[in-house]
Amino acid sequence: MTFINYASREINCKIVYYGPGLCGKTTNLQWIYDKTNPGAKGKLISLATETDRTLFFDFLPLELGTVRGFKTRFHLYTVPGQVFYDASRKLILKGVDGVIFVADSQVERMDANVEAIDNLVINLKSQGYDLMTIPYVLQLNKRDLPNVTPVDEMVRLLRKKDEPTIEAVAMKGTGVFETLKGVAKLVLSELTKAG
Amino acid sequence: MAAPDIVMYEEEFNQIKAIISKLRVDANAKVVFLVDKNGQQIAAHGEIENLDTTSLASLTAGNVAATDGLARLIGEKEFSILFHAGERDNIHISIVAQRVILVVIFDERSSLGLVRLRVKKASQELNDVFARIMAKVEKEKQAAGTAFESPFAEITDEDIDSLFSE
Repeated sequence: MTFINYASREINCKIVYYGPGLCGKTTNLQWIYDKTNPGAKGKLISLATETDRTLFFDFLPLELGTVRGFKTRFHLYTVPGQVFYDASRKLILKGVDGVIFVADSQVERMDANVEAIDNLVINLKSQGYDLMTIPYVLQLNKRDLPNVTPVDEMVRLLRKKDEPTIEAVAMKGTGVFETLKGVAKLVLSELTKAG
Repeated sequence: MAAPDIVMYEEEFNQIKAIISKLRVDANAKVVFLVDKNGQQIAAHGEIENLDTTSLASLTAGNVAATDGLARLIGEKEFSILFHAGERDNIHISIVAQRVILVVIFDERSSLGLVRLRVKKASQELNDVFARIMAKVEKEKQAAGTAFESPFAEITDEDIDSLFSE
């Protein structure tokens, strides 16, 4: 649900990073936070446990610049990846404009990836969205690790439609902005269609 | 799409600003602000210079969403009022027009009773404004046929790329 404010000429979009536990959602946000100039970003808020596992959500407001005279703001959220936080995950998807699925490329995490995507489909549905129509990008994270699943195998398992699929190493920033840009593009071009 | 987009027009925006600024004075509050349920700030008024209103908006929405979840678990539709008492400052949160969140921050210069009373009145006024906004959006949608005329209708790839150029 994009929020367009004609009075202050602003447009706000909500992007959610989804994925299994420890796949690197918060790391994506952390990198964006570290690399964005201070004027364009707000505070990075992490509601996390003492061991730095996301408890409710991370939140980062980003101001990207103007499109057609409108200030564009992206509100980036992550969900808690751990299976038992499902109720919280559902809530964060409320009003989402675009979703990034961060997949963990390690062989032993493939089952977790599949499970998390299925969970995403169900939770989107409960908020009235359909993964097949919502702006959506797939990120294959941790490509630098030794035990990764080949890309085409991951695509076969995880790709749901013709979504942009981006290889990434979020710890080093590889692919992080490309992923965000991918989804931003889809969200903004969604606006060119019906409101 | 699950719910229609909120579109804020100049006229209604000014009415909303007037209502919350009046509420701030009437309730003797420090800050009054309005957030939509997804965490986007709509308007704010009062001592907001040293306040991170963007974070406040997103956390408020998270708070309301979590409380809504709790409500449903015990068979309630929603908890329409939340109140957080602090040592100096207190936060009063209420839902207006089923879709926006009205937040009032106040200290010992006011009281919960006064805030509740004034919020009730302001909520009714805000209800009316949001009903008008939704009617307007609906009307424009119909006027434009099936597609709602968006100011971004002619957005190009270059426009989007330029957002990301350093």
